[in-house]
Amino acid sequence: MTIYSIIFYILALLILVSTGLAITRRNLVHAVIYLIFSFFGSALLFYLFGAPLLAVLEVIIYAGAIMILFLFIIMMVKVEASVERMFPLNQWLPAAGIGLMYLAIGALIVSSAPGKDIPLEMAFADPKEFGQYLFQRHWLSIEIVSLLLLIALIGALHLGRRRREEKIEEKP
Amino acid sequence: MIVPFGHVLILAGILFLMGMFCAVTRRNLIMIVLGIEIMLNAASIVFVGAALRWHHLEGQVFVVFILAVAATEVSVGLALIVYAYLRTGSFDPGTYNLLK
Repeated sequence: MTIYSIIFYILALLILVSTGLAITRRNLVHAVIYLIFSFFGSALLFYLFGAPLLAVLEVIIYAGAIMILFLFIIMMVKVEASVERMFPLNQWLPAAGIGLMYLAIGALIVSSAPGKDIPLEMAFADPKEFGQYLFQRHWLSIEIVSLLLLIALIGALHLGRRRREEKIEEKP
Repeated sequence: MIVPFGHVLILAGILFLMGMFCAVTRRNLIMIVLGIEIMLNAASIVFVGAALRWHHLEGQVFVVFILAVAATEVSVGLALIVYAYLRTGSFDPGTYNLLK
């Protein structure tokens, strides 16, 4: 067991604990903060797996942009005014049972699949090489994804604008 | 060496199930979208692990696309959630029964 495997298991434990805390919080702000910790752990895991550019992107986009967007929305509306009604226990117990069954089956498949014991070698994808690979081999996909982001921008703007017009219509 | 590839798969599987559990059992639209984010994150962990397993950059390229799709989904999803909240005054999907 090398130092890297110890780091991996510590990171895995941190990610699982912070995600588990996040999905069980009643307070939305606490959930988002715990999830930011989880995404920092994932970013460190990416770095350990030899993807430094993706680690930085994970911190900037996931932990930075997306989670701050969630915080903005939570602070914009009065969440505490509407107390969340939880499902009764006999309704979410089947979900938990089915999830655990899938987990058991998945663990069985993973533990019996060929090549599961192949140890991962340490590698390092240079950000410059990675960027060149991305833009030489996948330039069309990059264009399509940028179009998707543009459509998301237009859609979000449209949803935000229609609301204001309706308010003006309701006044008279 | 770091760890066997199976351990990465099991970590991502548990994370994916946590996200699925959050999306299925919570009755708050914001928590449902958070659950979807957790699932996408688990998928990208598998992709980076597979890129290391086969020493191929293709898996890392896919994570960039997952990031873009996650950002898209969150921006449109949260705009829809705010719209629904202003229409009905609640985050509970059970109260969205305006057609009734």
